[in-house]
Amino acid sequence: MTTVLPTQAEIAAAGLKPGEYEEIVRRLGRQPNRAELGMFGVMWSEHCCYKNSRPLLKQFPTSGDRILVGPGENAGVVDMGNGIRLAFKIESHNHPSAVEPFQGAATGVGGILRDIFTMGARPIAVLNSLRFGALDSVRTRQIFNGVVAGIAHYGNCFGVPTVGGEVYFDPAYAGNPLVNVMAIGLMETPEIVKSGAAGVGNPVLYVGSTTGRDGMGGASFASAELSDQSEADRPAVQVGDPFLEKSLVEACLEAFKTGAVVAAQDMGAAGLTCSTAEMAANGGVGIELDLDKVPVRESGMVPYEYLLSESQERMLFVAQAGREQQLIEIFQRWGLQAVVAGTVIADPIVRILFQGAIAAEIPATALSDNTPVYPRQVISPPAYAQTAWAWTEAELPPASAEGIADQSWNQVVLTLLGTPTIASKRWIYRQYDHQVQNNTVLLPGEADAAVVRLRSQINPDAAGANSGVAATVDCNARYVYLNPYEGAIAAVAEAARNLSCVGADPIAVTDNLNFGSPENPIGYWQLAEACRGLAEACRAFATPVTGGNVSLYNETLDSQGNPQPIYPTPVVGMVGLVPDLSQVCGQGWRSVGDRIYLLGLPTEQTGQETGQETGQGTVTLGGSEYLKEIHQTVAGQPPQTELALELKVQAACRYGIRRGWVRSAHDCSEGGLAIALAEACISGQKGATVQLTTGNQRGDTVLFGEGGARIILSVALADSADWESYCSQQLSGHWQRLGEVSETDLTIRAGEPLETRVHLSVAEMAHRWSSAIENAIAR
Amino acid sequence: MKFGIVVFPGSNCDRDVAYVTRDLLQQPTRMVWHEDSDLSDIDIVVVPGGFSYGDYLRCGAIAQFSPAMRSVHEHAQQGKPVMGICNGFQVLTEMKLLPGALVRNRDLHFICDRVSLRVEQADSIFTQQYTKGQTISLPIAHGEGSYYADADTLASLEDRQQILFRYCDPQGSVSPQSNPNGSLENIAGICNRGGNVLGMMPHPERASDPLLGSTDGLTLFESVLKTALALV
Repeated sequence: MTTVLPTQAEIAAAGLKPGEYEEIVRRLGRQPNRAELGMFGVMWSEHCCYKNSRPLLKQFPTSGDRILVGPGENAGVVDMGNGIRLAFKIESHNHPSAVEPFQGAATGVGGILRDIFTMGARPIAVLNSLRFGALDSVRTRQIFNGVVAGIAHYGNCFGVPTVGGEVYFDPAYAGNPLVNVMAIGLMETPEIVKSGAAGVGNPVLYVGSTTGRDGMGGASFASAELSDQSEADRPAVQVGDPFLEKSLVEACLEAFKTGAVVAAQDMGAAGLTCSTAEMAANGGVGIELDLDKVPVRESGMVPYEYLLSESQERMLFVAQAGREQQLIEIFQRWGLQAVVAGTVIADPIVRILFQGAIAAEIPATALSDNTPVYPRQVISPPAYAQTAWAWTEAELPPASAEGIADQSWNQVVLTLLGTPTIASKRWIYRQYDHQVQNNTVLLPGEADAAVVRLRSQINPDAAGANSGVAATVDCNARYVYLNPYEGAIAAVAEAARNLSCVGADPIAVTDNLNFGSPENPIGYWQLAEACRGLAEACRAFATPVTGGNVSLYNETLDSQGNPQPIYPTPVVGMVGLVPDLSQVCGQGWRSVGDRIYLLGLPTEQTGQETGQETGQGTVTLGGSEYLKEIHQTVAGQPPQTELALELKVQAACRYGIRRGWVRSAHDCSEGGLAIALAEACISGQKGATVQLTTGNQRGDTVLFGEGGARIILSVALADSADWESYCSQQLSGHWQRLGEVSETDLTIRAGEPLETRVHLSVAEMAHRWSSAIENAIAR
Repeated sequence: MKFGIVVFPGSNCDRDVAYVTRDLLQQPTRMVWHEDSDLSDIDIVVVPGGFSYGDYLRCGAIAQFSPAMRSVHEHAQQGKPVMGICNGFQVLTEMKLLPGALVRNRDLHFICDRVSLRVEQADSIFTQQYTKGQTISLPIAHGEGSYYADADTLASLEDRQQILFRYCDPQGSVSPQSNPNGSLENIAGICNRGGNVLGMMPHPERASDPLLGSTDGLTLFESVLKTALALV
């Protein structure tokens, strides 16, 4: 074994702290060589071992009747009934996308798709959650264009529909965009394929693409701040080949169905190092791997490079002894590499051979199981939050019936509709094939969540072809920034509300925690408080967390070396069950004359003053899109979520949809009630005439206040008596009739006596809303 | 009638077509692997959408050399029906079973959307269940779907009534505004001189299942099926 000792600089370059290095020496009983040091570096990165977040993740609920596989495997698996099992997970590719937007985003899609099909599931849908800086920056527009094109390139070629997502634009993400991709797959194999190696003497197969120097040390790169020098790390970004991945999914599923595969693990972050260590540790055995057998795409690579390469579209299998040839032939038919590169051994160690000698030898658990963990003290709310919380609506200029300052309410509505965060995302989803596989029931832009039919492509006669999965990704990060605990609860509540608006029962969650540095007390406070909120809300909605991803150090160091963290962004990916696809619901009005209702906190009530003490929900301008866009202010307490009210409102919405009463449903989020009404008008190409009772509140709070578990929906006149009687029983005080669907204009009247506050043609609103992103990038 | 659907490693609409022919239309359907050259049992060949061999060189450029496509060529020469959808259309132009070429979309982006089409001919075996001038809506999903041909070819396509579908607005009017990808003369689908080979960029198989909202595309499969049955 080579015994060249690493220098201090090499230890730091591997992403390890001095204390961690001492621990490595203690565990090995000797100094590590360069290859071993590199292996520890990636395996002990936050990206792979969650050393900062693990104590916090423990509080998440992870089990339930429908949960077949929880955290710890490549993806979570839930039981959707009728023998249908669904694998799903979310993953980030933030830092690669900052440096090389196209390939960074493309390989982000590739990585999460492999996580899904490694379990034996065929990917049936992809969603993404994206954050960019403001579109007036040239660099942001480049990143935005590149990320969208990269997602499109990989997903379209692979043949999985990209059915939904969310996109926000805020200067907080200017140097550090977020690219989170969620994938959903339908299990095709009888057994769920796990990652634990088993059977001493069984061959270890390397399958898929070749290994090269691309993506060296990507996991360590992903676990450090971005800086002006990060461009130089472009070799840490991998290059994707979706065509190869398409062949790989077919070959893998075919291989799993032979029953000859004992275990499988995709090579994602930390490549061969991570897959061998995890397969060995999860199975309580060891793996001996011979690098000379690994197919390469370039010559002269050293063990360090083999082990840390993140070349894409590769997997590691443990096969039943004697059946490896059968598997190899399947892969060769699909034009893919497949070689026996190692063996399962009894000693629980990862032993790497290279040119006839041992290049590395490490106890598997030292790498992947007993990894370092750093519980930290959670500080009391930091000064920035306390300052923000001191803000009240009284600081705004007075609001009249006509408008505020020199703006009319009509102008405010149009301005908000034209902000890229609220505006139509058609320019984006039009580049994604969202219909391939012939199962997309609700198209992007049509509804609050995506709905995809659960039909096996392989076995069309399988049961349950009339059921569907609804999926959404949500997070209002400004809320989380202002109050991480409340903001995280709001994210879960919004995800569940979006599913309820299409008629789906929320089932389970995958989460992507995008935060700044946990070593900064403020960053850790945000992370800890958000995790507490996620745990509480997931418990309340009975949606266990089946896995996810942690992405820390989302900060950019400016040229002076000052860290600029992103907004803390815990993205919630949630799946729900639609038992009968004939009972789904879009967000747009359906017929003139239908009655419009508001569920949730009524318009005359905000509860802002009392909510914080009583645990009641609030509707507030604190943290709102209106406050940011119209008054350039990010302040206040974000809306407080009343979980009991959310549950009640969402259940009523789903019931109304299943009874066929509710013909459209749309949740109130950014921009509040006025924008939700405008969006329902635009989507349904019809108008609305509504009257709002206001009590003694400000006009802008009524129109643009956010929060309150609110859903607006429409019901045909003939069903309205049944619906109202149901609401009276179930939602006492938390429903009201607002008005009715009309022909061409949105008219909002409010106050006593009633005065017209907003009167706009749907055509004008639609124009502003549809063209905003296209105009912003055409500059 | 037996449908044969050619499967390249990068095909990704093959199963969607099979869902229509086998499950919705209840016709025997066989997936034809690209290395398989025996089409003797097949009546109607479909070359489906996707990315055949990755399409990194040029869409469909490599696919034409596969054993399956050589047999498809013979199948077409014998006057039997061949349908190329999206990538399939690209492959058929590469191997000269259809004239012209598909180049990158006008705005250089991939486009997935629903578009209106005017049925230009209703006496083709592929369109006889539509009416001439009818406006239908079908999904499109392509990055290289802009139809190109030289002036003589375009004139000849027009003269011989080989243009089957044109992009139009919902009212049926054909204009530059209703052209999603920059195709010359708004051409969305054509057939060969013999009338037995169809190429089209829109995806009729994605508009065949009532549960997904539209059956405008099913009519196309029913048309070719009815003709084929009448010939027996």
